[in-house]
Amino acid sequence: MWADFLQRAIMQGIPLLYGSTGEIMTEKSGNLNLGIPGIMYVGGIGGVIGAFLYEQNTAVLNPFLAVFLPLMCSILASLLMGLIYCFLTVSLRANQNVTGLALTTFGVGIGNFFGGSLAKLAGSDVPSINLTATSNYFRQSLPFAKDLGWFGQIFLSHGFLTYLAIAIALGCSFVLTKTRVGLYLRAVGENPATADAAGISVGTYKYLATCIGSVIAGLGGLSYVMDYANGVWSNDGFGDRGWLAIALVIFAVWRPNLSILGSILFGGLYIIHNYIPDLDVSGQELFKMIPYLVTIVFLVVTSIGRKREAQPPASLGLPYFREER
Amino acid sequence: MTEQEAVIREPRFTIAKRTSIVWWKAWLIRLCAIVLALICSGVVSYLITRDNPLSIYAVMLDGAFGTKRRIWGLMQNLAMLLCVSIAVTPAFKMRFWNIGAEGQVLVGGLASAACMILFGETLPNAVLLLVMFITSIAAGAVWAVIPAVFRARWRTNETLFTLMMNYIAIQLVAFFVYKWSVPKGSGQVGVINRASRAGWLPAIGNNDYLLNILIVFLVTAIMYVYLRYSKHGFEISVVGESENTARYIGIPVQKVILRTMLISGAISGLAGLLLVAGTDHTISRDTAAGRGFTAIMVSWLAKFDPVFMILTSFLIVFLEKGATEISTAFALNESFSDIITGIIIFFIIGCEFFIQYTVKFKKKEAE
Repeated sequence: MWADFLQRAIMQGIPLLYGSTGEIMTEKSGNLNLGIPGIMYVGGIGGVIGAFLYEQNTAVLNPFLAVFLPLMCSILASLLMGLIYCFLTVSLRANQNVTGLALTTFGVGIGNFFGGSLAKLAGSDVPSINLTATSNYFRQSLPFAKDLGWFGQIFLSHGFLTYLAIAIALGCSFVLTKTRVGLYLRAVGENPATADAAGISVGTYKYLATCIGSVIAGLGGLSYVMDYANGVWSNDGFGDRGWLAIALVIFAVWRPNLSILGSILFGGLYIIHNYIPDLDVSGQELFKMIPYLVTIVFLVVTSIGRKREAQPPASLGLPYFREER
Repeated sequence: MTEQEAVIREPRFTIAKRTSIVWWKAWLIRLCAIVLALICSGVVSYLITRDNPLSIYAVMLDGAFGTKRRIWGLMQNLAMLLCVSIAVTPAFKMRFWNIGAEGQVLVGGLASAACMILFGETLPNAVLLLVMFITSIAAGAVWAVIPAVFRARWRTNETLFTLMMNYIAIQLVAFFVYKWSVPKGSGQVGVINRASRAGWLPAIGNNDYLLNILIVFLVTAIMYVYLRYSKHGFEISVVGESENTARYIGIPVQKVILRTMLISGAISGLAGLLLVAGTDHTISRDTAAGRGFTAIMVSWLAKFDPVFMILTSFLIVFLEKGATEISTAFALNESFSDIITGIIIFFIIGCEFFIQYTVKFKKKEAE
């Protein structure tokens, strides 16, 4: 049962890990992107559209293309969302909260709209979108995982997107703390005026960090659809995971490597109600509150403690105009 | 010209902040943005439906104003969105990013639903309504003051705190919905007090929604006066401009933050009451229907001015109704309206740049 619980916690946690890693990269540049939930929807539906069109137009799926095409569509779709956000907040200096929330409305709308109408628009007569074939390629795990008992079940039974998420998180952590680019990026997020004076191109860093962050977050949507939901898109099925990913950013104190453990913890908290005996439905709803409560407690404790490393980037949410001082 | 100067590249254009702009120019820019947005969403609609764009707009107008019933529905939705927008406005003016209106509305609604269910049979209707008003306003206020206390005392990030409070409220509502569900275990509360109508806001004449609309209108007027002509309103704008300035001229910043969030939450709670007791007569986790988030855009688009907010919330509600009609007419998914709303908001957000700044293009000089 423990192995089962942990395996499911990891499965639940991976989309959150993608989302929070993406949001950490974005926030490190000083952009508070509240559009992450929308971007994750768009990343998910982008992959679904790619996979659906490919499945509809080919009789025999080529394993490489069946993974590659949805992946590319997902990346492209979330990149576009990131560009919209950057163009509005960095180039046109719009308010980040408003832009982010609009992006979420837009993204969730796109996800649900195409999820509900894709089959009709593509002129196909399937009743609902079911991409089990593509999903099976995504969920392909190591063949010997089953022979290794609990170890295999917990650590080796997942699709490649799971390991990619962990690799990306570790990579981001490395870039942020160990490289010059990461140092510059953090400088932009902490104090853009100083960074600008030091000759760092604030706009470029904000654009790059936010767009890369969007792409990473979008992959979270894809991993939810393909890994967790077996390739079946259901409207609003993704739920509030996008906001949970933003909560995870706080919980991981803006460090992607901590976010890996945090995501498994949050994933576990998200499903723990299934593992508690004699719990009625109303009790389950109370249990789903825990991740948010934990985040608030954490936010309060870190702000009271005022530990430097645990604070949000100093210029988070603030726009930067060189001429306004 | 020396070698040194020749390699210096001149930027193609420069951006400068406008010192002031004539009011009609600002509105002309906004109008252009809306027209562009409508064209853009027309193109999107055309690509999806393959129907004549003009007839798409006709469908939208019909969806919003087609029948008397639809007009009343539009007015009701407008009033509700406006109410939540008015609620978040004082906080925003203070640069306190209260994105927790969704949760504040929900706990307000939850409080009035609780009163309706628990005291529906015992209290006389007038007393019940009074109790509902008090509890739901108090519930919304408490929900808003919790993050404000931490913000004022320890500078805890209010955007993230209020955001998390939303989901706690949603789960709390989900919990009670299961507790109260009729029939047991169905997960739906159903219409509360259907027979006795206890705790329902009374209809004026034949109209169920008129009282809601009047209350919201009153709140809007009061908020306009409060922000513009009262000492509190002045203090809010000073704190919003600069907390240090406010402290320097002797404004008690912490007190202003707490007081303003109290008001903000109280109005959100009132909106919850209007939704539960005056509109749906039930409660679910979707009672607020995302208005808490939409309201932020409405308030910001109106530059935090309650009167303009009537216009901006009308725009959003009109789009929602119109796009919903398009999706019914063409048998598309109803989320179509979210896409259209998103596009329009992007354009309006973007156009503010051209109101605040001028872009000067440099002409290429002849060699």
